[in-house]
Amino acid sequence: MTQVKQISGRGIPLTGDDIDTDRIIPARFLRCVTFDGLGDHAFEDDRRQMNGEHSFDQEVYQGASLLVVNANFGCGSSREHAPQAINRWGIQALVGESFAEIFFGNCVAMGVPCVTAQSEDVKSLQTAIANTPQLTLTLDLGTMQIQGSDELTINVSMPEGARQSFMDGLWDSCGQLVTQIDAVRDRASQLPYLSWA
Amino acid sequence: MSKGTLFDKVWQTHRVGTLPSGQTQLFIGLHLIHEVTSPQAFAMLRERDLTVPFPERTLATVDHIVPTENQARPFSDVLAEEMIQALEDNCKQYGIRFNNVGSGRQGIVHVIAPEQGLTQPGMTIACGDSHTSTHGAFGAIAFGIGTSQVRDVLASQTLAMNKLKVRRIEVNGQLRPGVYAKDVILHIIRKLGVKGGVGYAYEYAGTTFEQMTMEERMTVCNMSIEGGARCGYVNPDQTTYDYIQGREFAPKGEQWEQAVTWWNTIRSDADAEYDDVVVFQAEDIPPTITWGITPGQGIGVDEAIPTPESLPQGDRAIAQEAYQYMQLSPGQPIQGTKVDVCFIGSCTNGRLSDLREAAKFAQGRKVANGIKAFVVPGSEEVKRQAEAEGLDKVFTEAGFEWRNAGCSMCLAMNPDKLQGDQISASSSNRNFKGRQGSSSGRTLLMSPAMVVAAAIHGTVADVRNWID
Ligand code: SF4
Repeated sequence: MTQVKQISGRGIPLTGDDIDTDRIIPARFLRCVTFDGLGDHAFEDDRRQMNGEHSFDQEVYQGASLLVVNANFGCGSSREHAPQAINRWGIQALVGESFAEIFFGNCVAMGVPCVTAQSEDVKSLQTAIANTPQLTLTLDLGTMQIQGSDELTINVSMPEGARQSFMDGLWDSCGQLVTQIDAVRDRASQLPYLSWA
Repeated sequence: MSKGTLFDKVWQTHRVGTLPSGQTQLFIGLHLIHEVTSPQAFAMLRERDLTVPFPERTLATVDHIVPTENQARPFSDVLAEEMIQALEDNCKQYGIRFNNVGSGRQGIVHVIAPEQGLTQPGMTIACGDSHTSTHGAFGAIAFGIGTSQVRDVLASQTLAMNKLKVRRIEVNGQLRPGVYAKDVILHIIRKLGVKGGVGYAYEYAGTTFEQMTMEERMTVCNMSIEGGARCGYVNPDQTTYDYIQGREFAPKGEQWEQAVTWWNTIRSDADAEYDDVVVFQAEDIPPTITWGITPGQGIGVDEAIPTPESLPQGDRAIAQEAYQYMQLSPGQPIQGTKVDVCFIGSCTNGRLSDLREAAKFAQGRKVANGIKAFVVPGSEEVKRQAEAEGLDKVFTEAGFEWRNAGCSMCLAMNPDKLQGDQISASSSNRNFKGRQGSSSGRTLLMSPAMVVAAAIHGTVADVRNWID
């Protein structure tokens, strides 16, 4: 299992609170049986409305891997299509003021860390990226910092369990769950309702 | 840390162990799947060569992409056809029960599981769909999951989870005439915010919820997620048991007695401890409508669109975005706002009692000129029952279209969509930008009775004017 300790790359800002999963990937693109190709449609409706002004359309941000967002990002549906679309566009980690719970969990399951920072820090990071898009940022889950230049270092946080699972390479829960199958059967045998009807 | 709540008890009962990550491995008693979030999960199973050890604990149906007019196969939308076929194949390969279109048991996943008696108190229930919180109405711990987690449940019947905090939301008293369960939850979200519930399970308690029917409780629990809470529940009581008894998958005979005995033990204790408690008074709740682009942007039907100054600092930016997107001005009364499309349906308000209530107001009236109004039953069973009562006639005589079961224009993955910047009066649960199929389409959320009022007037109207 791959450990995720450090992610380096250019940043891309996306401002606004409460950006929901319908905006991240409009429902019409959920008519599919694989996640392939979703990256092309990330934020499609917002992008169309902004006529090339959306950061995902701007030349300077192409190839960026750290997405910097504001509060309650990813609220709405549980669809993993949303983080999959962002990830398949090229994003490997997210920094924000806060994330919706299911979105955060989906990202963990995909091996994409979401860290939070103080509101002012997020905003200054967004400004710094807009001023210097070529800046390389490094998110370090060991020190829990994001570093750009010397003047630009911000502290970030993440629930300890999730952080540890990235560090130890245990973020993909499936394997661990499956190995416990005897304990699972044992638990099942004690649930009264499994034998009804 | 909560103690002695239903959430604590159900969590404890389903705990398999602690994972190396520190998370709890939690057994999932009932797993529901549909065509949108499951195909990739099955693909992941194949990739890893995993099997499904408890196929009988999963139920599949098709709801999001089904057309509600012509359901002949193959569907005219080739992508929709591809999705339903993938589900048919996956269910066949892994031995999973599938309530397909025409089976008499198909419908929105959150409507059919309760209807068939599959949803029961004390269970853990997961589905790759955020409105899984609906099933909490029965005193189950039910939550939405992503596709990787659908894979986890298929492969192990368990999930890696962190325990939630528990907030008790008490509403006491008698709702005023014309005020419904939908208004109660819109009011709660308006007051606590769309992020208010993050990290919490909501326990709905107090005399107002105790008096509600199961279908009303489902409407409330359904929208817990809109308030940021992963799940919401009501403690099971006689109303719950009466609803379940006799349904297809309900325990029978001696097992019924055992079940009720067990269900009674899982209710929150009288001296249970909560992480937070909030109290509302039923009489204070008006018919509530959203005017903006998040379900928290709700106001009473008598009120005006809030001005930025009247809002807390943190809500102003999203309000500005909403004025512009919704083409509504601060200070303007919401009543009288012109609507184009009226939609009754969804897992929030597409059940028989919702249709009955709506039909009561549609009876003998006519949909205003130029308004497209349609009713989509939540399941084939709801449709059958509604037709047996003649509700379809009431609707069609009033000028509503009467459709087949599905999610329809709740999120418009099928042909039912808003066009351009059309504005809808909708009994569904989300008013996000672009939610109903057009990237500039606008949504006003409200109760089914209020949707009928809007359809008849052609504008947002107060249903209480029809009630003496
Ligand atoms: S009715 Fe709407 S909210 Fe409910 S499951 Fe279908 S799409 Fe989702």
